[in-house]
Amino acid sequence: MERGAIANTLRSFITENYLLGRDFTFADGDSFLEHSIIDSIGILQLVTFLQDTYGITVQDSELLPENLDSIDAVTAYLCRKLDGAASEGSPAGSQGAPGERA
Amino acid sequence: MRTGPPVSPELLRLDPAQETERIVIRIREMVFERLKRKGVVVGVSGGVDSSVVAFLCARALGKERVCALFMPETDSAPESLRLGRVVAESLGVRSVLEDITPILRGARCYERRDEAVRKVVPEYGEGYRCKIVLPDLVDADRYALFSVVVEAPHGETKKVRLSPEAYLGIVAATNFKQRTRKMIEYYHADLRQYAVAGTPNRLEYDQGFFVKNGDGAADLKPIAHLYKSQVYQLAAYLAVPEEILRRPPTTDTYSLAQTEEEFYFALPLEKMDLCLYGKNHGIPPADLAPAVGMGVEQVERVYRTIETRRKVTRYLRTAPLLVEHIEGD
Repeated sequence: MERGAIANTLRSFITENYLLGRDFTFADGDSFLEHSIIDSIGILQLVTFLQDTYGITVQDSELLPENLDSIDAVTAYLCRKLDGAASEGSPAGSQGAPGERA
Repeated sequence: MRTGPPVSPELLRLDPAQETERIVIRIREMVFERLKRKGVVVGVSGGVDSSVVAFLCARALGKERVCALFMPETDSAPESLRLGRVVAESLGVRSVLEDITPILRGARCYERRDEAVRKVVPEYGEGYRCKIVLPDLVDADRYALFSVVVEAPHGETKKVRLSPEAYLGIVAATNFKQRTRKMIEYYHADLRQYAVAGTPNRLEYDQGFFVKNGDGAADLKPIAHLYKSQVYQLAAYLAVPEEILRRPPTTDTYSLAQTEEEFYFALPLEKMDLCLYGKNHGIPPADLAPAVGMGVEQVERVYRTIETRRKVTRYLRTAPLLVEHIEGD
């Protein structure tokens, strides 16, 4: 999938759900948390959006700022996931799947 | 380089006699002069915070001006009521038992919570128990997303990350418990022209570990300035019964036993206490790390988490907003 299209989709999702009419512009590299764009529930909603929209599973080990804290970060993470380039040990690696035994 | 006393839990040491005297004077001023009430109602949970508040209020106002309320519900540990009675008996204060289960059933608290759990665990039903937990975040810079732990009737447990709808549904339903308790507290306060004493400590108040208009509502909060370890120091000084001091802090909110660390702090309370103190007093992470037995990066992460939680829970501490100032406020 084309990176620009992913970034646009993400920007629309963030704008519609979190800016709520605020007159605020942010760059693709700006941190969601540092700029108070998204809170922790927002991250949970973002993860659900990514899973539902792109058919991926975001593993517990991937819940990292380097994967989810800006449009650039999410786009890069998604591209790695969608390209199947994710490998264990990288930020988009996989372990500790949801549904693990307590 | 930082100057001052060495960084250790000793930084949180206070003079319990002096601090007790200071709080007792303030409670008298707040209740009699500011609030013009005749006494206080305290919801006594059998935990150390509410016990210390009850002891302080009895010392400040006299035992005949304190009403201890026990408000168990079906998910409460039986130990909570027993320990609450121990507190009231050792103080000699009047106590009232109000089982809030029927009110919660009427509000469909349990039903709504179970419906929310079933969004991620479809088999959840009769005989199951649950709690929500946070991951251990000290060793990784991960986002703190909640999971639900469910225990089937035959004892098997399963942990599943929550969806936003399930998380919000469980929390919204469970918050009925704290709000119902507050409603009962104000009933007894109105009946006697008393004030309601809240029981949050500094860690809970600062980090938003309370329900808005639930346990967050009160007319006075006598220990909201004290770190948890300072609450224990006062408890020992005030001769709060030993078994209450030994009891591990619990939320006593879910049907499966849940520690406060699992639910909110994700770090042992004594370490969290010192980290909060360190952050509040500008202690560099490198100086604090040895005192809490953690790495510098871990302390940096905790400092960031404290700041983030302050930001995201600001709403909980915000009073109702008005379009313009109204005289008499």
